[in-house]
Amino acid sequence: MIQLEHIYWLAGFMFAAFALLDLADKSNTRRFINAGFWGLFAASFLFGSHLSDLANGVLVLALIVLGAIGLGRGTKGAPTQSEKSTGAARHGNLLFAAALIVPATALAGSLLMLSPAFSAIGLIDGKHVTLVSLGLGAVLGLTVTVLWLRPRLLTPLADGGRLMDSIGWAALLPLMLASLGAVFDAAGIGKIIGDLATTWLPLGTPFAAVAAYCIGMALFTAIMGNAFAAFPVMTAAIGLPLIVHKFGGDVVIMSAIGMLSGFCGTLTTPMAANFNIVPAALLELKDRDAVIKAQLPTAFLMLGSNTLLMAFLVYRF
Amino acid sequence: MWTLLGIAVLVAGFAVRLNPLIVIALAVAVTGLFAHLTPIHILEVFGKSFNASRYIAIVFTVLPLIGLLERHGLQEQAKVLIGRLKTATVGRLLLAYLLFRQVTVAFGLPIGGPAQMVRPLLAPMAEGAAEKQAPDLSETEREKIKAMAAATDNVATFFGEDIFIAVASVLLIKGFLEANKIIVQPLEISLWAIPTAILAFFIHGARLLLIDRRLRGRNS
Repeated sequence: MIQLEHIYWLAGFMFAAFALLDLADKSNTRRFINAGFWGLFAASFLFGSHLSDLANGVLVLALIVLGAIGLGRGTKGAPTQSEKSTGAARHGNLLFAAALIVPATALAGSLLMLSPAFSAIGLIDGKHVTLVSLGLGAVLGLTVTVLWLRPRLLTPLADGGRLMDSIGWAALLPLMLASLGAVFDAAGIGKIIGDLATTWLPLGTPFAAVAAYCIGMALFTAIMGNAFAAFPVMTAAIGLPLIVHKFGGDVVIMSAIGMLSGFCGTLTTPMAANFNIVPAALLELKDRDAVIKAQLPTAFLMLGSNTLLMAFLVYRF
Repeated sequence: MWTLLGIAVLVAGFAVRLNPLIVIALAVAVTGLFAHLTPIHILEVFGKSFNASRYIAIVFTVLPLIGLLERHGLQEQAKVLIGRLKTATVGRLLLAYLLFRQVTVAFGLPIGGPAQMVRPLLAPMAEGAAEKQAPDLSETEREKIKAMAAATDNVATFFGEDIFIAVASVLLIKGFLEANKIIVQPLEISLWAIPTAILAFFIHGARLLLIDRRLRGRNS
């Protein structure tokens, strides 16, 4: 059965290749830092499951140090504009077909798992079907494209490595923030915030309780970077005792719209790095907060809408 | 109470634009120490959950394919294609994507994402359309349009995925309520995500169409 661990190996080998290619690139003045950074990243993927928690912690600490010193970028080997224009003229829309192999594989994986006959074969680990099919799609897409375009052997890895170097330390950020959430959890931050919210917020009327719950979800999510961390805390502190038990609101409507209010917070925060910071790095935008800025108006309008929607619906059903 | 100092460190660090990696490391240290966790224990918690979060980085495995296709003109072809569609504008293109992504993700179909879709296809298409609408597009406007492409992917996902019954957030809600002795069906939770999804389509969609109006106003 193809499991998540196998996809980790795939990622591990890829990062190891990036490290070696960076090491050999003399046009990059910081090539040793790049090589160390991606090398450690590779080690985490290849061996992380077998290391002790402490060893993994030390590994992350080393990654932080290298990432904070700063990665460099090589100046050689990037495709030229004429190379790209000639390619587009020559290959045309077939390029899209190749690019769509990845989403198509992810789609096929998800659809196939719906069929009991397929999941019974046990080819793919059903718990992680999206992630496994993503990795498989990347391999399939690359294989087909390499057979089609016949590049030099190392070209795809060098091109991928160049993109990875332009993302740089930001690639580490989402994993770090998820781990920060775990430390917050271990330190009991959720309970403290829940207590604060119930002590200081005006919660006397049904509408005030809804407003405090929705805005609290968004704020707490913006701090933690993840609505999943905010939901249990805010719902236990305000949602269940006040909206449901005291004012008689509907628990399903409250939960569904409450979670979506949290998502409004996700749109506003650098803490949700994989949605907000990594895409900005991937698009090579100069302002690393550009995606957040584009999202802010939608986030605030949606938070207002969710609050009104909940106030209108939750006490009616 | 002092434990909250970690959050203050986080906010202050991001505000003065210190390297986020250092900010997070400081926030972890401060939070852990005020919560009376030993440094070793903090490192263990951090290492363990870092290890469990590695799945987030799997998306980077598509980069060799994307890099190779870009070398052969994928982004250029995306611009060419959008240039041929006479009625295509930034606003309409992103609006169509918003709808497509919201509907597919509501059925649990993962078609999209920043590395798989936005960088190689959606952002260059949006840029190409904008160049057609305003040939003298400035670098700042170009960046804004690319950022909007990424933002649209996020908005569509966030306000579409909860309609799918097996998505993590719906299961989390069900699990949490069950722990509080309230039994609900995932389908009920996902149905009540629909009103917000519709509002998101209209609100974000209106903002997208406003881009067209802005670009039009610039030309006249």
